[in-house]
Amino acid sequence: MNIPNNLDYTKTHEWVKVNGNIARVGITDFAQHELTDIVFVELPKEGAVLSCGKECAVVESVKTASDVYAPLSGRVIKLNQDVVEAPEVVNSDPYGSGWLFEVEMSNSSELNNLLTPDEYKEIAGGK
Amino acid sequence: MPMYTEAKKTPIYPRHIELGAKMVDFHGWLMPLQYKGVIQEHLAVRNNVGIFDVSHMGVVEIKGNDAYKFLQYLITNNLDKISTGNAIYSPMCNEDGGMLDDLIVYMFSREHFLLIVNASNTQKDFDWICKHKKGYNIEINNISNDIVLIALQGPKACGILEKFLNQSLSDLKRFHFRKFKRIIVSRTGYTGEDGFELFIESGKEIWLWDELMKFKPEPVGLGARDTLRLEKGYILYGNDADISTTPIEAGIGWAVSFNKKDFIGKDALLKNKPKKRLVRLEMQESGIPRQGCAILHSGKKIGTVTSGTYSPCMRKGIAMGYIEGDYSDVEIDIRGKLFKAFVRRLYEHSQ
Repeated sequence: MNIPNNLDYTKTHEWVKVNGNIARVGITDFAQHELTDIVFVELPKEGAVLSCGKECAVVESVKTASDVYAPLSGRVIKLNQDVVEAPEVVNSDPYGSGWLFEVEMSNSSELNNLLTPDEYKEIAGGK
Repeated sequence: MPMYTEAKKTPIYPRHIELGAKMVDFHGWLMPLQYKGVIQEHLAVRNNVGIFDVSHMGVVEIKGNDAYKFLQYLITNNLDKISTGNAIYSPMCNEDGGMLDDLIVYMFSREHFLLIVNASNTQKDFDWICKHKKGYNIEINNISNDIVLIALQGPKACGILEKFLNQSLSDLKRFHFRKFKRIIVSRTGYTGEDGFELFIESGKEIWLWDELMKFKPEPVGLGARDTLRLEKGYILYGNDADISTTPIEAGIGWAVSFNKKDFIGKDALLKNKPKKRLVRLEMQESGIPRQGCAILHSGKKIGTVTSGTYSPCMRKGIAMGYIEGDYSDVEIDIRGKLFKAFVRRLYEHSQ
């Protein structure tokens, strides 16, 4: 199971890459592996205000639909259209071109609640 | 690690593990759900050839002078449509016309038949068949453990099998079967593609699997088995039909032969007015309908989805469900939101 060291994670299998005040969000390798073939991605609307911990997107595979939870509060400023057109890229490159959306953080102290790669490994790395 | 202590392993289990399959408990059988991925496996069957472990299916043997007569009474379809070396698809109903299972009957002779039944129903079907044998000169054997089934499906299946058997199969028509040394080759399947189901005696299945794998078919799991059959509108007993549905409601009325003198459920089916009808559904918008989703028209619930998935060929959600009334457009409630879908007539496959 791939768990890059330069990212932060959530208990609900999202990853976060922080760059200044902007956070890029996606789902982890563990998540895409559990979901199997992803066929639809429903992204939040641009400009939507997200609440930390609330459902904000949906990733649907042949097997099942899975909610994506906002790892941080803030306003959605960018969407990855590639995953809407080619959802399978979330399976093949979950940390790279399979990213989902970017958020302008409204409460940077929430970063303290995210998991480190080691902490995430305990939930996901065990398999 | 998940513990599978309850589920039974099929004889081909070691090969699935070696291939890295994700395993799943399917009605008490430990089966491969997928190997490389459902979409890849599905498309391999449509474009190439796939190999399936279907050894979990039940096999019931019926032998004796009254075998033909007995089966004509037991099933709704008419054996007069077939002859030795042919197979026929039929529902099996109770006295109320409710479906107990759908199965395939193989006629070796008028005195010797094999029934292939759904894995989930094997014991129940066997008990039901035995319950009705009184007065018939027959013996009934549950030989599910003695015969193993492997399926080879797809446009390239025939070529591979001909090479393996070193025999031409050009005159083996659909729903016909033939014995080649120790293997019964049947031109049947659940995928809608040209393909074969191979019956081999228990103990030789790993040898057969390994021999066929030399031709590099794609191993296909239950995940793709479901997307393949749903794309073609084939029902799955337990999802799309059960004891509360008649074959007419389930869209397989063509397999009920009312001109047969008698069969279990005939009277009830003659009198029955279908309360609902199984239809195929094709999503007009993104969203995958799942079993249990409500089907609505003009805001009113008119039915329920019984099977739903994503179609790799059509690239949209597809489903089957029962509806009351005749509609061409409906809405499906998927996790609280309504999505539009087309209603299609159930696929009328010819025998």
